[in-house]
Amino acid sequence: MDQTSFDVHPPHLYAPYKSTILRSPTRPLMPVRELLKDLTLPAFGESLIGKLDNDLTKNARKNGEPIGERIKVSGVVMDEYGKPLAGVLVEIWQANSAGRYVHKEEIHDAPLDPNFLGAGRILTDREGRYSFYTIKPGAYPWGNHFNAWRPNHIHFSVVGHQFEHRLVTQMYFQGDPLFEYDPIFQSVPVHARELLIAKFRMDWTEPEFALAYEFNIILGRRSSTPFE
Amino acid sequence: MDKLRQTPSQTVGPFFAYGLTARQYGYDFTSIVDNSLVGAFPMGIEIDIIGHVFDGEGKPIPDALIEFRQADEKGRYRSVPLEKADSDFRGFGRFGTGTEPDAGFHFITVKPKALSGQAPHINVILFMRGSLRHLYTRIYFPDELNIDDPILRSVDPSRIRTLIAESSGANRYQFDIHMQGLNETVFFDL
Ligand SMILES: [Fe+3]
Repeated sequence: MDQTSFDVHPPHLYAPYKSTILRSPTRPLMPVRELLKDLTLPAFGESLIGKLDNDLTKNARKNGEPIGERIKVSGVVMDEYGKPLAGVLVEIWQANSAGRYVHKEEIHDAPLDPNFLGAGRILTDREGRYSFYTIKPGAYPWGNHFNAWRPNHIHFSVVGHQFEHRLVTQMYFQGDPLFEYDPIFQSVPVHARELLIAKFRMDWTEPEFALAYEFNIILGRRSSTPFE
Repeated sequence: MDKLRQTPSQTVGPFFAYGLTARQYGYDFTSIVDNSLVGAFPMGIEIDIIGHVFDGEGKPIPDALIEFRQADEKGRYRSVPLEKADSDFRGFGRFGTGTEPDAGFHFITVKPKALSGQAPHINVILFMRGSLRHLYTRIYFPDELNIDDPILRSVDPSRIRTLIAESSGANRYQFDIHMQGLNETVFFDL
């Protein structure tokens, strides 16, 4: 594969996503790969993770079940050579089925769900696997431009063990009609957008319970240096 | 061997708080790390680091997320997993700029020591709404010998000061991050 096919990340400045204009660096980043290559991120122990932390349909119940379509989202976290990464911290947060975030500054006029917070976490197992039960998030409007809506998505934060294995991203759902109107999704090079879209998995779907989606996460260094 | 393509980066967005920094923001969910990199009985010199993240118009950014990663007072990176009951040195911390009145950040830690020819420093990972990929920078200290540090030596001399905290009282430092402008902070490409 040629170099450009590895260039999957969005640029810092992407003007259609207006908030990048005043918040992106204007000077080139300083390459320091050799000086930071041994730097680690912390490992997280099992005692930090609660039993229901990866089940968003249960971890915030007050008086009943959260409303919406129950789904299962699972996958493997691996490096660029396909090696599964164990003990990686995967954290997610999302809107509820009506497209409303619990966040206090959120002003979208859609109902909160008393039984749904929308936050979860898990450590990958020895095969690098993670799995969440949650509610399919709704689309929501935002202020970027007139009639701007975010496609359905789940926010992911991933903390591996090497410094370069840190990633924040968003997972999307196949066939969303909002893809072509969303500058955050569009900020990613065309060929790499599919990497943000979870695959529907009929064979993992749990009968009478939940549709299943697969979302694998590949971590690696960010550098734009073309050669090893 | 052909490498797999990485998962592309996306912005952390404005609403990360209840997932990543729940306790700091008062949400009904646990947090696994916070703005203290040390436990109740730290070794070494305890210090406070405060600062802001300024946008291209010089306004403090109230929806940034900052992570600190550093060595301890002997220059060691923690190698055992973090656990709930940890009471010494964690070496990793997280804080959002949405709870301090002036959109600042505040970390409590110990002065790190650095080995292998580097000057003492803290690694910083920066996320925010409007940032499509996170940024790395470093905090160095004004009261340390920084002159031989290999990273500082490779930085444009006129920009070195953007990587050095200011002393703002006893065991207290200020480190402001500027996204753009004359004082634009030096960010690193890994
Ligand atoms: Fe969102």
